[in-house]
Amino acid sequence: MATKSTGGIEKTKSTEVKKKLNVLIVDDDPSIRRLHEMIIKRIGGISQTAKNGEEAVILHRGGASFDLILMDKEMPERDGVSTTKKLREMKVTSMIVGVTSLADQEEERKAFMEAGLNHCLEKPLTMDKILPYINHLLGA
Amino acid sequence: MDALIAQLQRQFRDYTISLYQQGFLDDQFTELKKLQDDGSPDFVAEVLTLFFEDCVKLISNMARALDKTTGTVDFSQVGASVHQLKGSSSSVGAKRVKALCVSFKEYCEAKNYEGCVRCLQQVDIEYKALKTKLQDMFNLEKQIIQAGGRVPQVDIN
Repeated sequence: MATKSTGGIEKTKSTEVKKKLNVLIVDDDPSIRRLHEMIIKRIGGISQTAKNGEEAVILHRGGASFDLILMDKEMPERDGVSTTKKLREMKVTSMIVGVTSLADQEEERKAFMEAGLNHCLEKPLTMDKILPYINHLLGA
Repeated sequence: MDALIAQLQRQFRDYTISLYQQGFLDDQFTELKKLQDDGSPDFVAEVLTLFFEDCVKLISNMARALDKTTGTVDFSQVGASVHQLKGSSSSVGAKRVKALCVSFKEYCEAKNYEGCVRCLQQVDIEYKALKTKLQDMFNLEKQIIQAGGRVPQVDIN
């Protein structure tokens, strides 16, 4: 069972050992997708990418599941707020971390968090920023 | 040969430092370099290539949205493209481009047409200037490697 969190980080018991963190990167910008892919790779995880929220939803409908989802906010087709809400409606319990340039605008950040994020980080993402959350997921 | 390598390495070091000092690059570029390893030796070049391709697309979108001959100026479309460019420029360490996006966004929100047009021209100049500078930097790296040397880690601080 994946970790479920609604605002703080909670640990749940797992019946299987996750050898590699499985991450979904959702961002419409190809350079940012590539950057986040490399960050996850360097941390020892594996990743898949989606160009927008609609692709992320389709992946989950197809049965994909992830330990962590890095979610951009502003995207065509389906934005990060709508995607996060939809995934939570679909009972997706992955840790969803918003990664946005709007993280410093309080109202925008609040709306994004209320959609169902576990956390929200400001771009640019770095290993130092994401590592504490990954360590929690890995139970470190 | 050692003297040539040392000279190229010195040139590379000085050139890289100058890019930070002149405000072309910031700490996020250093983060990109840290992520590059022997398994992904072209990672930085890859990310920057994607960024510059994105610049071309976004600048074209902004120009179209600011084109008065096609009808009303679409400031929200301009703003959306500026927002995207701000995100990608901050993610690759393109400091001047990112800074321009901040003022560009303010002009969009104020629906200041002349301000937007000026910013668009500046963004076009700045991303092209950065592209040229980074190409020169990558060329120096290649020369060092071809001469049998290692590309030095440059301490910016």
